[in-house]
Amino acid sequence: MIVLETLYVATPALTAQAPILAIVIPLLGACAAAMAPSARAAWMISVAAAVFGAWMALAVAGEAMREGVLVYVLGGFDPPMGIALRIDAMGALMGLLIGSVGTLAAVFSGHSLVAEVRPEKHTLFQAGFLLCQAGLTGLVFTGDAFNAFVFLEVSSIGTYALVAVGERRDRRALPAAFNYLIMGTVGATFYVIGVGFLYAATGTLNMVDMAARLATLDQSMAVQAGFAFILAGLGVKAAMFPLHGWLPGAYAGGPSLISVLLAATATKAAIYLMVRFMFEVFPQGAAFGEAFLTWVLAPLAATGAIVCSLQAVFARELRRMIAFSSVAQVGFIFLGVSLANADGLSASLFYMVAHGLMKATMFMALGALALSIGARRLDDFAGVAREAPWTAVAFAIGAASLVGTPLTMGFLAKWGLIEAAIASGKVWIAVVIAAGSVLTVIYVGRMIEAMFFRPPLPGAPRAKEAPIGVLAPLLVLAGLSIWFGFDASLIEQLSQAGAARLFEVRP
Amino acid sequence: MSGPTIDANFALNIALLLMLVAIAFAVVRTRSLLAAILMMSVYSLASAAWLMVADAADVAFTEAVVGAGASTVILLGAILLARGEAERVNWKLMIAPGALAVVVGAVLIYAAGGLPNYGDPASPANSHVGRAYLEQTYGDIGAPNVVTAVLASYRGFDTLGETVVIFAACIGVALMLGFGPRATLAPPTEIPNDQHVVLRVVAKLLIPLIALFALYVQFHGDLGAGGGFQAGVIMAVAIILHALVFGLRATMAAVPVRLARTVAALGVVVYAGVGVVCIINGGGFLDYDYLFSPRIEAMIPANLLGDPSHEHHWGQHFGILFIEIGVLLTVSATIVTMFYGFAGRTLETIEAERRG
Repeated sequence: MIVLETLYVATPALTAQAPILAIVIPLLGACAAAMAPSARAAWMISVAAAVFGAWMALAVAGEAMREGVLVYVLGGFDPPMGIALRIDAMGALMGLLIGSVGTLAAVFSGHSLVAEVRPEKHTLFQAGFLLCQAGLTGLVFTGDAFNAFVFLEVSSIGTYALVAVGERRDRRALPAAFNYLIMGTVGATFYVIGVGFLYAATGTLNMVDMAARLATLDQSMAVQAGFAFILAGLGVKAAMFPLHGWLPGAYAGGPSLISVLLAATATKAAIYLMVRFMFEVFPQGAAFGEAFLTWVLAPLAATGAIVCSLQAVFARELRRMIAFSSVAQVGFIFLGVSLANADGLSASLFYMVAHGLMKATMFMALGALALSIGARRLDDFAGVAREAPWTAVAFAIGAASLVGTPLTMGFLAKWGLIEAAIASGKVWIAVVIAAGSVLTVIYVGRMIEAMFFRPPLPGAPRAKEAPIGVLAPLLVLAGLSIWFGFDASLIEQLSQAGAARLFEVRP
Repeated sequence: MSGPTIDANFALNIALLLMLVAIAFAVVRTRSLLAAILMMSVYSLASAAWLMVADAADVAFTEAVVGAGASTVILLGAILLARGEAERVNWKLMIAPGALAVVVGAVLIYAAGGLPNYGDPASPANSHVGRAYLEQTYGDIGAPNVVTAVLASYRGFDTLGETVVIFAACIGVALMLGFGPRATLAPPTEIPNDQHVVLRVVAKLLIPLIALFALYVQFHGDLGAGGGFQAGVIMAVAIILHALVFGLRATMAAVPVRLARTVAALGVVVYAGVGVVCIINGGGFLDYDYLFSPRIEAMIPANLLGDPSHEHHWGQHFGILFIEIGVLLTVSATIVTMFYGFAGRTLETIEAERRG
């Protein structure tokens, strides 16, 4: 059992400011990186800011566990007049995921950018990356519905541009980024329209205040429409089936770094915000909320889990396979959420972290291979395990976790979901998860078979083992999937406390 | 003598909204991109007028300078690099988006039924936090313009976020269009100056005035409509006008690409830096009451703003002033960067980039 509160060292003064510093230091780092004289300086700034942000996120998580909810008032005006950050265990868990994956991605970017991005763009790329870090952290820490929109925009605009930069490796990154930009902007607009309706109905933007006032109102048409717009808008960002059209192209076309970031944190942050609205802001037990979960969310999630797994089975490009797999896994996460109880949500939160770590591992391993071979199709990866054994093993660990092999984090995640579904009496959800897992075995089997058991294609460029600067973060990521497969107490305590908090009976 | 009375405000609202609908249809119908851009500009101007009728002066101002002004200029810069005509779209392809638009419209109309009456003093938006702002702003902050007080102080963290969004747009445009060696070396399109003596003379007269007006809007934000966002756009327009009349090369010599990017970052640093200073002095982030340590605050003369009898919130005054300067820097530099991004490219440089 790991006690979270013992994991960080910081002075009380620093700990008190940790929530805001986790956002502002990456932000200032982004400004510094944009002004940096050289790519190397920008990289160092990026690593330093990401490490500091992760450290602060760890302090926030410890404090949130100690106090239950951490509130940081901005500008000296108490909410609802001012804006406050409000972090409970669920937000702390997401902050920790964003901070740690971001740090590893920042280290990894040192070599990866050289191979994938035009040299004159490195400083700006690091600035954009840090903006994403700041935006995502702000998104999961804020307690204000409009403030969340602002941070959603910060992180989104960063990611649109970073996906487009992948054009050096793959021209298709440009239309992919454009699709993502249009769909993402429509999604953000929907979100802000929804927040507007809720503001008209409640007169407040603070989420806690909004929840308290919504609980006393009759559910007017404006509130219902607000709910619909917010969930549809965030659904685009979260790549909820069938709003995921932007995702495969963006994951496949963007630079490796951005695939790591998008897969592990960006979609997860949007899911997190949806969960907040579904179970915290909107009154529990409202008829339209229940109807949405049972008749819209669960069927769509189940369809997505099966259809996109099939698409992954038949895809020819490796990155595209993993991308479709991500949409399918988002379906699994939403299936857990649709159970609308603490067990289901806790399992989903755990699954989110597990999936974030495994996908980050897989995309980072592909990024490590991209240093030496520019392969896209699965067949081009034949036999890379012989030339780059460490990278291939890290990829295999991520893949094993994706399948749900025992002794990996993915196993605990799948097990938790199935258990929660059966405990809630929804056996069909457990069946869908099992069926999706069978499909996962098929497409992961194809990847592993090509990488480990096939001879390299004659005449194909030979892969090389990645340098230590890339291998180190990659192996740490892979190691986390194994470590949490043995001792998941760190993640479990946060996911359980976070889920329990949302479902406790409100006065 | 009594005839049917028509509420003038109501009539104006209906007229402006009908105009917006008509322009929106025209934008969708036309296939000339130039016409579409100009009509979008008219659309923004009409919405600015409508927002003015709704008494939202700050929003109207922003809509006018950003929607009708800057974004039109940037879109016009972009259109030079594209074909001027949109392709005819097969109507079958329009069915799905059309249906989606109809559904969204239906939901919006459905929701409107649940909204409080326009201007209802008892509506939630006017009675809860909104009312508290009106009642407490003068005591808390001392700024006569409540909109500025809300944007810059009560919800100053949002405005920091918005400034960062603009900075992110700057980074995004610079990343995608790039100002690497290729782009800067490319000969910028020169406008033949000899034929435009009148233009040049008028521009020389206008540019300082526009810049002056930007500063007026900047510092007037405390009192009336205005502030860093609007002022930043106006300042950028002065620079863009210079580029349009005297050629991009001359403007880039005065305001280099790299300088613009640095200034955009610097604006965010100024804004966030104010927040960090508040932390160092023992307050929370962006808590302007802690902007000055007590020792420094004691050194501020009581009659600095003229009226010594009335208690001033110096931290709030200066905090708002500083962050608005940060906003001005980021906004103006970002718009100039965007303009450079499009105007600095010619069809030839794009072709060269695609090849190399």
